[in-house]
Amino acid sequence: MDVEILARIQFAFTIAFHYIYPPLSIGLGLIMVIMEGMYLRTGNKVYEVMTRFWTKIFALTFGIGVATGIVMEFEFGTNWATYSRFVGDVFGSALAAEGIFAFALESGFLGVLLFGWNRVSPTVHFISTIGVWFGSMFSAVWIVIANSWQQTPAGFHIVGEGLEARAEITDFWAMVFNPSSMDRLLHVWVGAFLAGAFLILSVHAYYLLKNRHVELSRKAFKIALLVATIFSLTQLFLGHRSADGVAHNQPAKLAAFEGHFDSLSVAHLYILGWVNKEAQQTVGLKVPGGLTFLLHQDFETPIPGLKSFPENERPTALNAIFQFYHLMVAIGMFLIALTMYASYLWWRGRLFDKKWVLKLFVLVVLLPQLANQFGWYAAEMGRQPWVVYGLLRTENALSKAVTANQVLFSLIMFTFIYVVLFALFIYLLNKKIKHGPSEDPLIDQRHKQQEIADNFIQ
Amino acid sequence: MATFLGLDYPTWWFLLVGGVFSGYAILDGFDLGAGAWHLFFKKEQSRRIALNAVGPVWDGNEVWLVIGGGALFAGFPVVYATLFSAMYIPFMLFLAFLIFRAISIEFRSKEPMKWWRKMWDISYSVSSIMISLMLGVVLGNVLQGMPIGADHEFQGDWLEFINPYAILVGVTTVALFMMHGAIYLLLKTQGRLFAKLTILVKRGILFFVISFGLMTLYTMLYIPHLSNDFKSQPTLFIFPLIAFLSIANIPRLALKRRFRWAFIFSSLTIACLLSLVAIEVFPVLLRSSTDPAYDLTIYNSASSEKSMGIMLLIAAIGAPLVAAYTIFVYKTFAGKVELDETSY
Ligand code: HDD
Ligand code: HEM
Ligand code: HEM
Repeated sequence: MDVEILARIQFAFTIAFHYIYPPLSIGLGLIMVIMEGMYLRTGNKVYEVMTRFWTKIFALTFGIGVATGIVMEFEFGTNWATYSRFVGDVFGSALAAEGIFAFALESGFLGVLLFGWNRVSPTVHFISTIGVWFGSMFSAVWIVIANSWQQTPAGFHIVGEGLEARAEITDFWAMVFNPSSMDRLLHVWVGAFLAGAFLILSVHAYYLLKNRHVELSRKAFKIALLVATIFSLTQLFLGHRSADGVAHNQPAKLAAFEGHFDSLSVAHLYILGWVNKEAQQTVGLKVPGGLTFLLHQDFETPIPGLKSFPENERPTALNAIFQFYHLMVAIGMFLIALTMYASYLWWRGRLFDKKWVLKLFVLVVLLPQLANQFGWYAAEMGRQPWVVYGLLRTENALSKAVTANQVLFSLIMFTFIYVVLFALFIYLLNKKIKHGPSEDPLIDQRHKQQEIADNFIQ
Repeated sequence: MATFLGLDYPTWWFLLVGGVFSGYAILDGFDLGAGAWHLFFKKEQSRRIALNAVGPVWDGNEVWLVIGGGALFAGFPVVYATLFSAMYIPFMLFLAFLIFRAISIEFRSKEPMKWWRKMWDISYSVSSIMISLMLGVVLGNVLQGMPIGADHEFQGDWLEFINPYAILVGVTTVALFMMHGAIYLLLKTQGRLFAKLTILVKRGILFFVISFGLMTLYTMLYIPHLSNDFKSQPTLFIFPLIAFLSIANIPRLALKRRFRWAFIFSSLTIACLLSLVAIEVFPVLLRSSTDPAYDLTIYNSASSEKSMGIMLLIAAIGAPLVAAYTIFVYKTFAGKVELDETSY
């Protein structure tokens, strides 16, 4: 296999693996803030116990998120040297801002969040929890801005020619608020909230089914259900905005999302379908003219199809893009239906009566994760053959100094490491869940800390 | 070229990147050093204490690496691209060992079985050593220069990173961190472990002094371009002088059991050694052994002036924030380690 394919597989694999964990951390962070806030407000110990329990699971997802994230940061240089030279001027500032504003905040307060329960006052602890959560939210900001810039570049000019060319910033804020960044950032954040909320729903539904930690689980389940319901609905709206943006900025990608081939014609909206690349047609269950309607609120306005673009400017993996995109949307719809139904039961006071609903909640934990993954696959594969849309092709973005064998070596190495890591993650997660929240109070060590601090200051 | 306080932006950015990497070496240096000693502690209790001494801070320390990588990418994208693709294998190994170190710390305490803990102890110690070694190997290659062509691409063989000088720098780095880490542990421990460390720290100092001596000798003999700056500007000798004095000071302070000062001096040593490196290479970041015309300097590899200006502003806003959290965390966890339910 050639370097390009290997490097793409390697990048996709390592980032997809990284992206299992940050959404959980961001989502759990939000709900931990709510839980601990409830504790401070009500003084009810149950909330403290549940926050402490979720903090432990957070530590696990966070730890793996950090370990796998560092790989990502260096991979731009190792595998995509030409790309790094091209985008460095624009992209580097986003990455540097991320390190300074986000990761430092997050990791700084993490120590206090995890080890500080009995060492600092509840308010200081709460502030640390908020700090960690904000940090994780900010981590998403800069990296998504950087990625959005390569989807819809803005605020730059090109200096140099041919392979020496590179993009230089002309307007920082235009770069930050490029046409797709805000829509995508919100969509990513909300995807992360859903991933976290559904993990919490799943675990507490499991306890309720087993009749363990009942009082605590009911409270936690309700908090997470509220978050899940609100954001499932929000996600539909945000996803629609993203699609609207794609229609304007990356029409070839939108055509690939919907398997729309014919140039300038009314486009359909598929519920299910199959794209036949050779025959250049899509078959399946569709709403005729549906896509046109969503974008233009009528059934007539034509939309450019794949055939409107030169062969070498169309994405290639058409069926995969179509399927990933449709699976994401389908999952989104299902989550809305499920959370609305559960909220209805809650309103009627029968939330915990139906065993099958709880069982369903135990299982659906995987769906937001899958939607997050599929969303990125669709967005990134739909961007091909460009690394930086319209400016730099993927095939030209590689490191010239790196050979296929080197990439293969690292791919095998990371596959091995990540399999181990994933097995450990599942094992420990399972163990923590089986063990459950611990209700014993901690020994107060604050006075000791005070003495130490006094000694330190003197 | 725009300047600020008399220095141009690329020079500022050079100082900044250098400063962040020095911060990383000082901070993560003691974690890595402590990890390198880990298997020398035989008792379960000692190992736990040693782990918990770095427990709350290592992650924050690693962020300096992340910031340094980002700052290098932002300030000198060409160097970032060339260096990382040239040193592909050492960087990949470095990343793999970083992962293993992180998970060893996280996972060790999660199960009581003996084999489990032993496995993570070994993985923790080996990865701490290998991380330091790889850092040193990359530094050695940077100091020595590498075959870089007119197109700014590395033209050597993928195995070229292994050479005597790079390995010598690597070993010296391991020794430096081990000395630094032992002193850190002395600050955080008491009782038996403390007593044991007072012996180990002496060996650490000895190991460092020997390997550092060898490395210096090798540099003088075989890598003349590194000492040129000093010959032309004798006042610069102040830096090696401070470095030597602070190295010499460490055993003295350690003997007198003034560990806090010993720690300050070992940090100073790291800073001085890296300043030495900075002076030796400036303004070249990556030396081309093919032709000096192909050197990557802070000028021909820098980002645009506009971008550097923006980022300096970002750094100016961010740095005090980072300093504030760091102080807050170290205050909260100051003092000797006490194991409790939240410990590893
Ligand atoms: C800021 C940059 C950035 C960010 C935040 C992401 N990616 Fe990406 N991705 C790239 C920058 C990038 C890239 C460096 O530009 C790649 C490498 C080759 C390419 O064409 O684009 C890429 C390729 C790439 C591919 C391969 C596409 C192909 O070769 O057909 C996949 C499947 C993903 N990414 C998946 C993801 C996922 C799951 C992400 C969620 C975290 C993600 N990307 C975030
Ligand atoms: C190629 C793209 C990416 C790079 C280079 C990258 C880089 C990193 C790095 C270096 C870390 C470790 C930071 C530390 O030491 O604390 C990290 C962690 C993290 N990243 Fe990424 N990342 C990428 C994609 C993403 C995306 C798309 C998101 C979110 C939407 C994200 C969110 C996070 C979060 C929240 C953390 C903290 C750890 C955690 O909560 O699991 N990252 N990332
Ligand atoms: C409900 C209907 C949904 C619609 C209409 C929708 C629409 C979209 C569109 C158009 C994109 C591509 C954006 C681009 O390429 O610039 C996208 C990407 C993405 N989607 Fe969705 N989405 C929906 C549901 C979801 C859900 C439920 C999740 C996760 C829980 C999710 C997670 C993502 C992610 C992570 C991406 C990649 C990041 C991005 O490009 O914004 N989506 N979505």
